[in-house]
Amino acid sequence: MRFPVIKSLWTVSTLTAMACAPALAQDKVKIGFVSTLSGPSAALGVDIRDAFMLAVKLNGGKLGGLTADVSISDDQFKPDVGKQLFERYVKRDKVDFLTGVVFSNIMLAGLPEAVNGKTIYLSPNAAPSPIAGAQCTPYFFAVSWPNDAYHEAAGQYATNLKVKSAYLLAPNYQAGKDSLAGFKRFFKGNVSGEVYTKLGELDYSAELAAIRAAKPEVVYTFLPGGMGINFIKQFMAAGLNKDTRLIQPGFGADQDVIRAVGNDMLGVFDTAHWGLDLPNEANKKFVAEFEKEYKRLPTIYAAQGYDTALLIDAAVRSANGKIDDKEALIKTLKTVKFNSVRGDFRFNTNQYPIQNYYLREIVKDGQGRLINRIVGQPLLANHGDAYVKDCPMK
Amino acid sequence: MTGILLLEQALNGLQFGLMLFLLASGLTLVFGIMDMINLAHGALYMVGAFLTAWLVQLTQSFWLGVVLAVMLTAVIGMLLEATLLRTLYARDHLSQVLATFALILIINESVRMIWGSDLPLSMPKALSGPVELLPGLRYPSYRLVIIAVGLVIALLLYLMVTQTRMGAWVRAGASNREMAMAMGINIRRLFTGVFGIGAALCAVAGAMLGPLLAVQVGMGENILILAFVVIVIGGIGSVWGAFVGAILVGFVDTLGRTLLPMLFRELFSPQFASAAGPAVASIAVYLLMAVVLFVRPQGLFSGR
Repeated sequence: MRFPVIKSLWTVSTLTAMACAPALAQDKVKIGFVSTLSGPSAALGVDIRDAFMLAVKLNGGKLGGLTADVSISDDQFKPDVGKQLFERYVKRDKVDFLTGVVFSNIMLAGLPEAVNGKTIYLSPNAAPSPIAGAQCTPYFFAVSWPNDAYHEAAGQYATNLKVKSAYLLAPNYQAGKDSLAGFKRFFKGNVSGEVYTKLGELDYSAELAAIRAAKPEVVYTFLPGGMGINFIKQFMAAGLNKDTRLIQPGFGADQDVIRAVGNDMLGVFDTAHWGLDLPNEANKKFVAEFEKEYKRLPTIYAAQGYDTALLIDAAVRSANGKIDDKEALIKTLKTVKFNSVRGDFRFNTNQYPIQNYYLREIVKDGQGRLINRIVGQPLLANHGDAYVKDCPMK
Repeated sequence: MTGILLLEQALNGLQFGLMLFLLASGLTLVFGIMDMINLAHGALYMVGAFLTAWLVQLTQSFWLGVVLAVMLTAVIGMLLEATLLRTLYARDHLSQVLATFALILIINESVRMIWGSDLPLSMPKALSGPVELLPGLRYPSYRLVIIAVGLVIALLLYLMVTQTRMGAWVRAGASNREMAMAMGINIRRLFTGVFGIGAALCAVAGAMLGPLLAVQVGMGENILILAFVVIVIGGIGSVWGAFVGAILVGFVDTLGRTLLPMLFRELFSPQFASAAGPAVASIAVYLLMAVVLFVRPQGLFSGR
């Protein structure tokens, strides 16, 4: 999906932002939270919301010293609903920050509303490549990771293993093609098959038969949500794990997938920018508090939602509560330091993160639960994205 | 190599087709005999899968859970028919579509309130691995069981329709409802019974496919569309038509997904093949339906 209009909006909106009145300190920070909270993919949005609200709660209901006024809405997994909610938060409620969306197609539908209304959107997940490159905007921050990054890390892992043949599978839509392109960018071996299935496919028997015939060393799939759960279940039932090795992007082997697939996930490798066992104080506190509050282990989505709240907290604090001056606030957001649960990271000029990506393996922990454990050194250290060169922001 | 690939795909197609048949046979009977478009048929499939997942957890036995869930779903189906759907028979198709669509939404949200948006359901431990059918062909044993269950139920259904009195009523009702009523068949009870059987078949499909796919809210809608394609191809009201249609759709879908992209790679440039192959494969089933509708608008084996 492309939005050529964003670029011109950006120029106009930066100019008007400069003409803004001098900032006054406020007593509360208004946040509009739009996410997918119903339907088969609701678990992802629920995790982002729960972790975001956990951070607010641990902060005593405040962010950056101001009372946090968070309004939560469900986009119902529909881009048009998401767009309407963005519009409402920008025009009627005049929120200070927008955040929450899981899926890039919904985020891209709403983003022009935010840019047009000079409202900062902090993305706790979706970070599509067009907004990293030519269509970048000062009103968008990716607190998560660029869309290609997990796939690039997985490609790097396959290269590290000196894999000769890899078989790639993704749904037949833009994000599917982008993700396999990311894998291929860092994979030096031979791609023995590149298959695109119908978006929302549930039965992969035909593709599994083709994989068996192709005999690849490694199978890499980008199948978000229920598609991935089904693929992995069927992959295991067909006994393909004895012939070939499955590598997953981090969200394809996270706690929600483990809950659905069960013990078959043991020993699967995946790539992510965060893990339950990342050794830093912020992360230890986050994992412990999340489990205490919600009686389940957090996913990557939860970690991203929590970090988004921490970023708002740090930026508002650093601006001394003067959040009316958008331009100053954007500058603050770009450079402000906070204790991210992923460890150190910084924003690139396109406001996408530069950070580490790790290899994770699913193992049994002390209590017999299946969890992701980080293995060894980062696969990609201080890694940005391939699109930043097209972004005119400096 | 290609021989093994073809054999495996044929088994996959058969397995998929048989499960579609379980859904389509109930749908075609309800449509054919009661002249009722029941969009909520897929919701019963979902209810069957959720009940199975829940009962398997409770009883700690996969097969006991399946049997109980099938019986419970049949009861739910009959209750639905007796309380709500019965009032829709006299209405036009648009009212039926609207009412049963509302029913989908209501059942979806009720299931979400009771169990949440999904439930875990695993296949029995003994069947979770593959069996070696031929050297170089390991096939999931669970899919073989699905094929066996599907074939047994198809046979039972065939015997019921052709050999029993109820089957005779069903066939009579499908070919001419008014005449069947005039001959003194208790249509009300027959309808409830047929609906119960349809719901039970849905539940069997839901229970068997649950561990392979995912037991989640909304799982019924996707497969319902294919079930409608099956009955349109097979001919409305004909169980035999539903069987042939389902197997055809199963084969075309499964074989199409691997063979069409391969064929396109042979014939066209790589760029075109990689774009067009998956696209054509995903609409192959609908192309088949269009061809059938063009040649035989009443379907291959019309019950009327």
